[in-house]
Amino acid sequence: MELLRFATGGSVDDGKSTLIGRLLYDSKQIFQDQLEAVQRTSVARGDDYVDLALLTDGLRAEREQGITIDVAYRYFSTPKRRFIIADTPGHTQHTRNMVTGCSTADLVLLLIDARAGATEQTRRHAMIASLLGIRHLVLCVNKMDLVGYSKERFDQIVDDFTGFAERLQVYDLTCIPISALAGDNVVDRSSEMPWYGGLSLLDHLEGVHIGSDRNLIDLRFPVQLVIRPISNEYRDFRGYAGIIASGVLGVGDEVVALPSGFSSHVVSIDGPDGPLQEAFPPQSVVVRLEDDLDISRGDMLCRPNNRPNVGQDVSAMICWMAEAPLRAGSTFAIKQTTRWARALVRSLQYRLDVNALHRDSRASELELNDIGRVHLRTTAPLFYDEYRDNKATGSFVLVDEQTNATVAAGMLRRPTL
Amino acid sequence: MAHRLSHLDTLASEAIHIIREVVAEFERPALLFSGGKDSAVLLHLATKACWPQRVPFPVVHVDTGHNFPEVLEYRDQQVNKLEVRLVVGSVQEDIDRGSIVEQPVPGATRNRLQTFTLLRVLEENRYDAILGGGRRDEEKARAKERVFSLRDEFGQWDPRAQRPELWNIYNTRHRPGEHFRVFPLSNWAELDIWQYVEEQHLELPSIYFAHRRTVFRHSGMLLAVGPWTQPRDGVASEQAFEATVRYRTVGDMTCTAAVESTASTPAEIIVETAVTRVSERGATRADDRFSDAAMEDRKREGYF
Repeated sequence: MELLRFATGGSVDDGKSTLIGRLLYDSKQIFQDQLEAVQRTSVARGDDYVDLALLTDGLRAEREQGITIDVAYRYFSTPKRRFIIADTPGHTQHTRNMVTGCSTADLVLLLIDARAGATEQTRRHAMIASLLGIRHLVLCVNKMDLVGYSKERFDQIVDDFTGFAERLQVYDLTCIPISALAGDNVVDRSSEMPWYGGLSLLDHLEGVHIGSDRNLIDLRFPVQLVIRPISNEYRDFRGYAGIIASGVLGVGDEVVALPSGFSSHVVSIDGPDGPLQEAFPPQSVVVRLEDDLDISRGDMLCRPNNRPNVGQDVSAMICWMAEAPLRAGSTFAIKQTTRWARALVRSLQYRLDVNALHRDSRASELELNDIGRVHLRTTAPLFYDEYRDNKATGSFVLVDEQTNATVAAGMLRRPTL
Repeated sequence: MAHRLSHLDTLASEAIHIIREVVAEFERPALLFSGGKDSAVLLHLATKACWPQRVPFPVVHVDTGHNFPEVLEYRDQQVNKLEVRLVVGSVQEDIDRGSIVEQPVPGATRNRLQTFTLLRVLEENRYDAILGGGRRDEEKARAKERVFSLRDEFGQWDPRAQRPELWNIYNTRHRPGEHFRVFPLSNWAELDIWQYVEEQHLELPSIYFAHRRTVFRHSGMLLAVGPWTQPRDGVASEQAFEATVRYRTVGDMTCTAAVESTASTPAEIIVETAVTRVSERGATRADDRFSDAAMEDRKREGYF
């Protein structure tokens, strides 16, 4: 069975939590005691109907205020797939949560209220999904019951949104008219909308092809840990442990270690359950080489004729996640693959106006939840690829060296000369 | 050959990556081992993450003194087999020393008390990262916790001040005195655990499988008749009777309830789990039933 990870986005009242509650409930993942707890709370608050959103609101403040503060992860499975949902809050100020949710997602599900149409927030989330390299976007036009299941209204919203999405990098856009509350087109096709010829949301999620989303071309193996057992049985064992970030690695392959540039051949690959002839992402493996090279954590194995960029001057899009604004001249700790270094923000190129997709090059700082383009100078070379080609080697985080807080998510661009 | 991983292989690789990140970036890691199925899977994955080395960090067990004897036996057997170092924090010793005071009720749960012992053991050994078997599908507050979850000097969790966690790039930086709770099984669900137990032929404490036991009903839960839990005299609904039961979770004998079941293998449990209508904590844990926020409150205090 395959694993599909998706994030949800949309505005506050688009019914996201209700939809997730519905997916969990209709796919029989909600347990009786959890449902009863929600029913009790709904009754106590005087709601007209059982608020399925309560199933995902985990913290006390959230239940009290009826809002979602943080990314909540939810799990369900059908006979066809196992799903992980990153449920991200819809408030504008929580863009960083959307970025977080998207960073591990294969697909993003955006909700729109059929009465309101696409809002600023919908566009913002679509733009973030595109920026984070999400290939599959599902637009759920929700609350169709409140617009009389109107085909015209649905077509109008889809047309409007498609016009916006054309300017983004969205490879696969699917639009589905639903009612999360009534359950129309969520698990089963609705009889209320015979004009809709597509799949129900769950059928779509079960079938969408994600196998081609990984990069199986460019071999990148960031060394996570050097394993040298102190035991008689494995006296000469020297293994490089890590996750295959991209590409396929086979026994016998010639590889080059960065930064040293020395090459060797793969003698063996061991996966969690034993020896492998071949390894691919996202497998955790231990690799042994023919020659005793000086390789440590943070180094990278690749192919002699397919190497990542190596550089200390890099350009990136970042999403700023701290209260205090970012200005050029600041220094941070940077973590990229398995390397830590320090990074100086040399310049801020522009701030992205997410709503108009306009570049504001006069901006002198990035505020919380802003997205912008920066130039960084790092204390050690990074081995990286453009994020669009390789998420695993094109992503990084910036960490405040005083507070140790994670202050930015970064996506590397190809080097410009 | 298609380059596809099953969901279990994907989850196992992710967990191994997280464990290796702990080994690489922390000075004094440890693994919290309760003897329950989640910590059994976690320890098993730790051996894979460190292979062919022995697990280079100790296993910590907080012994409430109210454990199932089968679980203690299992703990010692696993520790011997894997040749790992065991560190035991005893709640009873902390009570005897007067560090914590037990409620003067026979069979009072030591669930909250164990937080003190846990924090004492962490501090005495200066552990900077503790691997735990917590899963996000267990409970609503856990669903919002990070894989690398920072705790302050008092071991407290502040749900509103969590660091964003992006891709699989974990920020492990912390100040002296702070530590991380690390949850490699965050993305596993109960069914995944059982499927993995079956696939890997993992041994578990015998109480997970159907056996005959003398039990009684107490607020809708099936408790074992034992040294700390007996039916109340004169309460007709609490008649002791013998039944075929198993446990879905392993906690203290005082707060862990059994479910009636004849499932005696992981495969049979998977079939039961797939159709069950009650969550594992809801069915079997008195400690989470006090309020909607019971787990959140305990976590804030330093509980796992």
